[in-house]
Amino acid sequence: MLDTGAERPVAVSVRNVTQRFAAQGAAGTVVALNDISLDVRRGEFVCLLGPSGCGKSTLLNIIGGLFDASEGSVTVAGQPVKGPSPKRISFIFQESTLYPWYSIRENFDVSFKFQGVPKAEWEGRTRDALAAVGMSRFIDHYPNQLSVGMRQRVNLARGLALDTDIILMDEPFAALDEQTRMVLGEDLSELLAKTGKTIIFVTHSLAEAVFLSDRIFVWTARPGRIKAIIEVGEAHPRSPDFMLTQRFGELRNECYALLRDEVRQAMSLERDAGAPASAGA
Amino acid sequence: MSDASTFTTRSIQIAFVAIMIGVWYGVTTTGSVTPLFLPPIDAVKSAFIRLVQTGQFWSAVRVTLTTIAQAWLIAVVLGILVAYLVTRSKFLVAVFEPVIASTFAIPLTLLFPLFILFFGIGPNSKVAYAATYGFFPVALNTIAGLSSVNEHYLRAARSMGASGFDTFRHVLFPAAFPVILTGLRVSFFISFASVLGGETLSSAAGIGKNIALAAELMEPARMYAWIVFVICITVTLNFVVSAFENRRREY
Repeated sequence: MLDTGAERPVAVSVRNVTQRFAAQGAAGTVVALNDISLDVRRGEFVCLLGPSGCGKSTLLNIIGGLFDASEGSVTVAGQPVKGPSPKRISFIFQESTLYPWYSIRENFDVSFKFQGVPKAEWEGRTRDALAAVGMSRFIDHYPNQLSVGMRQRVNLARGLALDTDIILMDEPFAALDEQTRMVLGEDLSELLAKTGKTIIFVTHSLAEAVFLSDRIFVWTARPGRIKAIIEVGEAHPRSPDFMLTQRFGELRNECYALLRDEVRQAMSLERDAGAPASAGA
Repeated sequence: MSDASTFTTRSIQIAFVAIMIGVWYGVTTTGSVTPLFLPPIDAVKSAFIRLVQTGQFWSAVRVTLTTIAQAWLIAVVLGILVAYLVTRSKFLVAVFEPVIASTFAIPLTLLFPLFILFFGIGPNSKVAYAATYGFFPVALNTIAGLSSVNEHYLRAARSMGASGFDTFRHVLFPAAFPVILTGLRVSFFISFASVLGGETLSSAAGIGKNIALAAELMEPARMYAWIVFVICITVTLNFVVSAFENRRREY
């Protein structure tokens, strides 16, 4: 059954968001995001795909209420975003943000405490989430005792355990090798098909974007704008066989064609600027 | 460290102590040092036994250890509190960190007479003096520790809705703890030295007072008995602190 989701209600709505940062060592400002508008429907998996420094992570932080936009507004389930809303939105970051001074169990506990989950639910939710990613037996390990891939699996489980309707993922698999990354991607696709959560996923990887998304927002180089929206139109959960189909290859090539010039432009921007481009990365 | 090399380092350390005692024994029995500067070990030992039997010994020890504990507690609480407030913004760190660091560079011993003037000759002046001195290493290390906490840990905590206090308790403090611990340790030994030094300079009671008194009364055996006692306390405390540190530095 193919569900394009066009008739589902809007979960996240971004309207004319512009973000400026003070430029380093100069009086002017750097425009990181330029008049972005997009809608994400409930239960949709959306990828933001673009060159480095185009501002996609910045947009994610604005949607999550961690930064304020210079201009424009974001609404989540009809309400304007004014700061973090841990009950509705959770983040899964690239760097494993598990605290190394706590065991896996304590990491989950402290997250629940931050989020205000009743204590009686902690144990059960931790066990369920770890079981879902196959990491149950590491519950009393410390993060440094696990490999990077295992840590990110646990990090993913923590994001899911928080049980928010919306999950924002900021290149969660970027630190992993490609094989681990594909396997985790498959697991993620399977997990999410069951839960029906709304996901916004930032990535550099073309294959990851095509494999996971319902829609891909392809970005321009900085100042970031949305250049094109690609509909993938393939039901979840997706099997690895999807990657072998002709359609997968076509979509991937289409993304690459759209991105190629932008990546070159982003690189030339960095070169012309003379100084390392640090803002909005 | 392997067992064999631990054994080797321990042996060398014990040999060092044995040699020191041997040298002490040697120079005093051959009479190459006058007993007024360094009395024989036997004399110090019997002076120590006599000392322990007096009620005045334990009351002096109690006064000094209480003073150290109070001073250190104040230094730790104030140091961490000030560091927490200063690290609320990069601007405050830029303003106050150099101020605190340069104040610490001043020999605060110069101000000791002022502490006597303000707080009297009793233990309070030593508490205030040692707490002031001990404050700096705690504040400086805590500032260093808190301002180098990985931004991603904080962002994650914020996204999960952590309150200010929860963020401090579960993220900032544990992340900075190894660096803070170094400050606590340095602060402890500075407080210790400041209390004993202060008591030696001007005091009505305590170990330092007794050491100064023994020296004035030309009773070197009793003075050395006190000094050996202080060395024993220091070594013991250092072992305790190191053991605690090693246990906490696991991650």
